[in-house]
Amino acid sequence: MLSRAADSLYWLARYLERAENVARIVAVGHRMASMARSLGSGGNEWLSTLIATGCEPGYFQKYAEAEQRTVIDYLVRDPDNPSSILSSIETARRNARTVRTALTMDMWDALNETWLDVRNLKLDLKSSEGLLRFLDWVRERSLLFNGAYASTMLRNDAFYFTRLGTFIERADNTARILDVKYYVLLPQHEGVGGALDYYQWQSILRSVSALRAYHWVYHDRLKPWLIAELLLLRPEMPRSLMACHDQINQYLTLLAESHGGKRGECHRLAGAMHARLRYGRIQDIFQAGLHEFLTDFIDRSIDLGRQISSFYLA
Amino acid sequence: MTAFDETGDGEHCRQPYEIVRRWLAETPRELLALKQKEAELLFRRIGITFAVYAEGGDPERLIPFDIVPRIIGASEWDVLSRGLTQRVTALNAFLYDIYHDRDILRAGHVSEKLILHNESFRAEMQGLDPPQRVYTHVAGIDIVRTDAHNFYVLEDNCRTPSGVSYMLENREAMLRLFPDLMGRHPVAPVSNYPEELRDVLASVAPVNCAGEPNVVLLTPGSFNSAYYEHSFLADEMGLELVEGVDLRVLDNVVYMRTTEGLKRVDVIYRRVDDDYLDPLTFRADSMLGTPGLFNAYRAGNVTLANACGAGIADDKAVYPYVPAMIKFYLGQEPILKNVPTYRCSERDDFGYVIDHLHELVVKETHGSGGYGMLIGPHATTAERAVFAEKLKAHPDAYIAQPTLALSTCPTYVEAGIAPRHVDLRPFVLYGKEVRIVPGGLTRVAMREGSLVVNSSQGGGTKDTWVLER
Repeated sequence: MLSRAADSLYWLARYLERAENVARIVAVGHRMASMARSLGSGGNEWLSTLIATGCEPGYFQKYAEAEQRTVIDYLVRDPDNPSSILSSIETARRNARTVRTALTMDMWDALNETWLDVRNLKLDLKSSEGLLRFLDWVRERSLLFNGAYASTMLRNDAFYFTRLGTFIERADNTARILDVKYYVLLPQHEGVGGALDYYQWQSILRSVSALRAYHWVYHDRLKPWLIAELLLLRPEMPRSLMACHDQINQYLTLLAESHGGKRGECHRLAGAMHARLRYGRIQDIFQAGLHEFLTDFIDRSIDLGRQISSFYLA
Repeated sequence: MTAFDETGDGEHCRQPYEIVRRWLAETPRELLALKQKEAELLFRRIGITFAVYAEGGDPERLIPFDIVPRIIGASEWDVLSRGLTQRVTALNAFLYDIYHDRDILRAGHVSEKLILHNESFRAEMQGLDPPQRVYTHVAGIDIVRTDAHNFYVLEDNCRTPSGVSYMLENREAMLRLFPDLMGRHPVAPVSNYPEELRDVLASVAPVNCAGEPNVVLLTPGSFNSAYYEHSFLADEMGLELVEGVDLRVLDNVVYMRTTEGLKRVDVIYRRVDDDYLDPLTFRADSMLGTPGLFNAYRAGNVTLANACGAGIADDKAVYPYVPAMIKFYLGQEPILKNVPTYRCSERDDFGYVIDHLHELVVKETHGSGGYGMLIGPHATTAERAVFAEKLKAHPDAYIAQPTLALSTCPTYVEAGIAPRHVDLRPFVLYGKEVRIVPGGLTRVAMREGSLVVNSSQGGGTKDTWVLER
């Protein structure tokens, strides 16, 4: 297929996944902030939310303080923020339009309707109800698009590139969501293992739709290392790094096969990341530092994205 | 000036329109209003939009779709289709002649100056033999009717005519909105157009092409006003939709960049104007083109559809000579009429035009899209005076025609159902032979009394039904 078309599909999938993930991260931030308030100990939840999305450098060029109202605005609809939910939807639609022929009608419908709705949207971010309703809607639209392409696209290169976009973005975001916890400070009087700590972990699980999954898998109280294991290493958890990299590896292999066996640096890198997750142990990761592991993973994800681009999409 | 209404004179309904009359009589107005709204949502959802340049506002604008179909009877279509075949055959013979021996010039039927000094003439095409000798693989011929018996060709579009996606999508919309209505009538289908077009494109593959030709559609990109149509056609035909940057020419062979490396391209259905195709041959500042494309074309390694230089056949100053072409090349009488045309470059004609501005339509010879024209009867005295000055400064740049009373069709407007002026653009395909899918794009001037049907000027479209009996 055309390199430009593959590139557009890849980015289309990434941006739509990003819109969904930013929605999830904002929802976690909102939940943590309200809990902190109800426990009488407001902290830096919104700063950690910004850091988790990777949007804090841009934000602080515009604002001095990480306040709820401005952070939400910046992450949800600010056109100056290329990763804001509305910017991501706009970029996804633009990519879709340039490769309409590579999209099925159902994919186009799902995405174009989202875009049309956004254009007519009267967004009310002041009330929590308005915000949460909008975040739910974003998640639904993304799920709809993912369902549309998974069930209507031909299984060929176009599909593989779309899949790669989805899973590279998703792995990156799961890592970032987990990292939110690192940045949220517990107030002095609130110790590790206290109520606030507990609710923070719970929010993280909720944000990746994994609270129930946790109980099904572990039948245990929420424990940080088990939560981390679920989101990093468990292949049966669909948003875990492991599950995402299973998919990434699979589609890179299929691509190599359909390109006469040709492989490049992206295949090596993806293989190495996959092996690390496949054979990694959560106690080792905690020993070396969860935050350090996540930072390293996010850096490698960025590199993997670059290598895929230069091998296939240039 | 009373226009011919295609439904009849009000007393009795003309036979082909009996369907529409009955349907409108039995359908409550509220339902029509509802369906009209539904149609708009449908077009918006599919993304059938049309960008209008230099206007500001919504870059993805909808062209109004009117839910009342326009009907053409079987015998009427028979005349039209024979006339179109004849005309397009002659236009292609003319193009071949102009870029080879120029018999028609030497015989004195057309002036040499008009052709060779025309900016649509491409000297680069001299002596080049396009496969099957076809230049206009797709032609859009604009037709108007003035009474029950007369069809006039208003202009020929031989370069990159657009609008066929509306012919197809309008039909789809009607099938969706009124599934029962169509089932009751013998309406000729149009949905095979993309297949026909793909066959035509494959049939003009270069001699040097071995095996199944790789046909692509070249678009200027998603900012082009007709981008939706490009993506739609590529999709319907199963062809790659490429932009200039996706193509690369090596040793006079055209390739496209794919994830698997370079892949050879044999036929390009290009929707990019000549000027922008190849910065090495045409406009050097073109960002849309592919360097070396024209040399690959000359070398016979790739076919461009339509051919470069086809514009000399649809130039408005050349238009008056089409009947002469039909006689010269085919030895036949023209089946479709030409509108009498005054060429302002001729002294006598010029004098007449200046004196009769109030009853003429004056057009730029190189204009299109309804821009830069004067409709005398609808203009104010001041507007006519301003236009007369332009005319005196550049008489060569204008032609004039009597203002035709374009036929009207019932149309759904705010006040209800009312007559509005229409024209018709059928699409004529030419590969091994001429093929015409029965139908076309009917454009309708939505404003009362307006004769301007161009979508860039607020015109709308209708589904066009050609009856099979």
